[in-house]
Amino acid sequence: MASGRLRGGFLFFFLPVALWLALLIVLPHLELLRLSFTDSLAGRFTVANYLAFFTEPIYWLTFVRTALYSLLVTFLVMTVALPVAFYVTKVVDVRLSGFLMVLLLVPFWVSELVRVYGWMILLRESGIVNQVLTGLGLLKEPVEFLYRDATMVMGLVYTSMLFMVVPLIGVMDDLDDALIEAAYDLGASKGAIWRTIVIPHCATGLVSGGIIVFMLVLGSYLTPNLMGGKNSLWFTEQIYNQIILYFNWNQGAAFGFLLLLLSSLIIWAVLKVTGQRLKEVVK
Amino acid sequence: MRRWVLFSLLLFTLAVPFRGTVAAAQEKGVLRVITWAGYAPQELLDRFTEETGYRVEVTFSNNEEMISKLRATRGGGFDLAQPSQDRISAVVSQFGLYQPIDFSRIDEDQIDASLLEAVKKNTRVDGQSYAVPHVYGTEGIVVNRAKAPDVKDFKDLLDPRYAGRVSYRLKRPTLIGMGFSLGKDPFALYNDKGAYQAFLDDMEKTLIAAKPLVKTYWDNGDQLLQLLRSGEVWAASAWEQAGWKLHAENPDIDYIAPASGALGWVDTFAIPSRSQNLEGAYAYINFMLRPENAAFFTNRETYGTASKGAIAFLDEEIKDNFNRGLPPEVLAQVNWYPPVPAGIEEMEGRTLDKIKAAR
Repeated sequence: MASGRLRGGFLFFFLPVALWLALLIVLPHLELLRLSFTDSLAGRFTVANYLAFFTEPIYWLTFVRTALYSLLVTFLVMTVALPVAFYVTKVVDVRLSGFLMVLLLVPFWVSELVRVYGWMILLRESGIVNQVLTGLGLLKEPVEFLYRDATMVMGLVYTSMLFMVVPLIGVMDDLDDALIEAAYDLGASKGAIWRTIVIPHCATGLVSGGIIVFMLVLGSYLTPNLMGGKNSLWFTEQIYNQIILYFNWNQGAAFGFLLLLLSSLIIWAVLKVTGQRLKEVVK
Repeated sequence: MRRWVLFSLLLFTLAVPFRGTVAAAQEKGVLRVITWAGYAPQELLDRFTEETGYRVEVTFSNNEEMISKLRATRGGGFDLAQPSQDRISAVVSQFGLYQPIDFSRIDEDQIDASLLEAVKKNTRVDGQSYAVPHVYGTEGIVVNRAKAPDVKDFKDLLDPRYAGRVSYRLKRPTLIGMGFSLGKDPFALYNDKGAYQAFLDDMEKTLIAAKPLVKTYWDNGDQLLQLLRSGEVWAASAWEQAGWKLHAENPDIDYIAPASGALGWVDTFAIPSRSQNLEGAYAYINFMLRPENAAFFTNRETYGTASKGAIAFLDEEIKDNFNRGLPPEVLAQVNWYPPVPAGIEEMEGRTLDKIKAAR
């Protein structure tokens, strides 16, 4: 009797989740999977959509470029977020650290599009940064900061930083201050403390933050497109182009699955190389 | 007491949907229109509702999204759409997205005869036509005459003298406009895939070689206006509206039709195959093409209209724009887009991707 009621309760709460997953996520993906294996004109079974990715260099080159830039951005975000998280949790007063957290969060109350446009107003050739620099005499002629890879990377680092800082603050809170003090007392240098105490302790936070940032950057569309300008073909843009511009849903679906597959593969490889286990990381 | 509150709450929740259906039955129903931003001014919609009783629900979109959305619902979800005339016959024969127009229900007398004939011809599938013309416009060059007086044609956007001061879209009109300007006739090659691919490869080389000269490939109207207004860009491929808007702010900037002919598009009314309000759709088409309504639209948005009598109701400034930028002799030279054969856009897409990815 009691177990029967339990099962009823379980079903009651599980059903909405199961329906949500099945109807809105699994079913559309099955349809996309079917599309990715059919020909766009004749409607027959084919693997040509997947082969196109490997035979047309521009497609896989775009993916390699996107993946490498995403790794670079993830690494940069780590190097920026570590000191920030350390400062917020260990250095400043507790009351101030709450305030600093709010400062980190506030920009993310605004949509990504607005933040990117903000950067564009700052960095464009007739923008604020250029006006200040030429006004001070540091530059003779205004420089175009936009539409460069470096600008795009900076924008991506900025838009994804919070997703690294939050997990890092979580793990750094657990780090016992006594460990750092003891290391100082025993004469360890700052570099050694970071290398042997702080970073190993934060490893799980770094990896879980790293996975989030990597996936976000790999899947971002706005920032590369608007800030990278004429030179930035991002893989997500290829998918958008195939589906929306050329009406080739079959090719777009195949690219979508390749993106899912290849990015999972990269994360798996990174976990293997760094000796982390997914179970520990997501805990 | 508590039970009583619960009961009345229950009654209330039951009553709300009923009230909704009663209210909906009083008006004549909803007309769901998918169109371009600016094509359905609120004043005209209000007048239309007053006159016919239909409430209009408007969704703003563009050609590509319109097709993608209708494709996802197999021609449902909207009662009336406004695709460009060259984007109709392919999706009709491939996916059956639209239904034939019953021209006996259209007031043909108020439509410009030549445009109507052209659109009928270009949207004909199996002897039936699928669209009614509404708005036309051209793509040419907006140029800052004080800084780049010699820009006369699309190919001048490749001139090294203007390095870093030109911009264009990385979309199919650029491929085609550049093609005409470099002495080719892309439209004549549409039905010969091999020859068209050779033409595309040629354009790929040209545009990759010109890549260091272009400031950026603009991809929305706002970005284009910003680039020209700030003086960062001196010449760009653009629509006449952008040029006229900037001309009002700065007389040096104006729209010119390229020497090889501007590219002309016609946006139409087409009825999706699973439209649920045919009455409303036909009423809306006839209403929008009535001269005073069409002129209201053109005065507001400065697009040319297919409505024949609208010229009498145009503002002076708007009339002046048309006389300066698109006089009859220029209009006669316009290269109107013919329908796009299936598969062509995939080929163009590959070329555009390669240009964008090139260093």
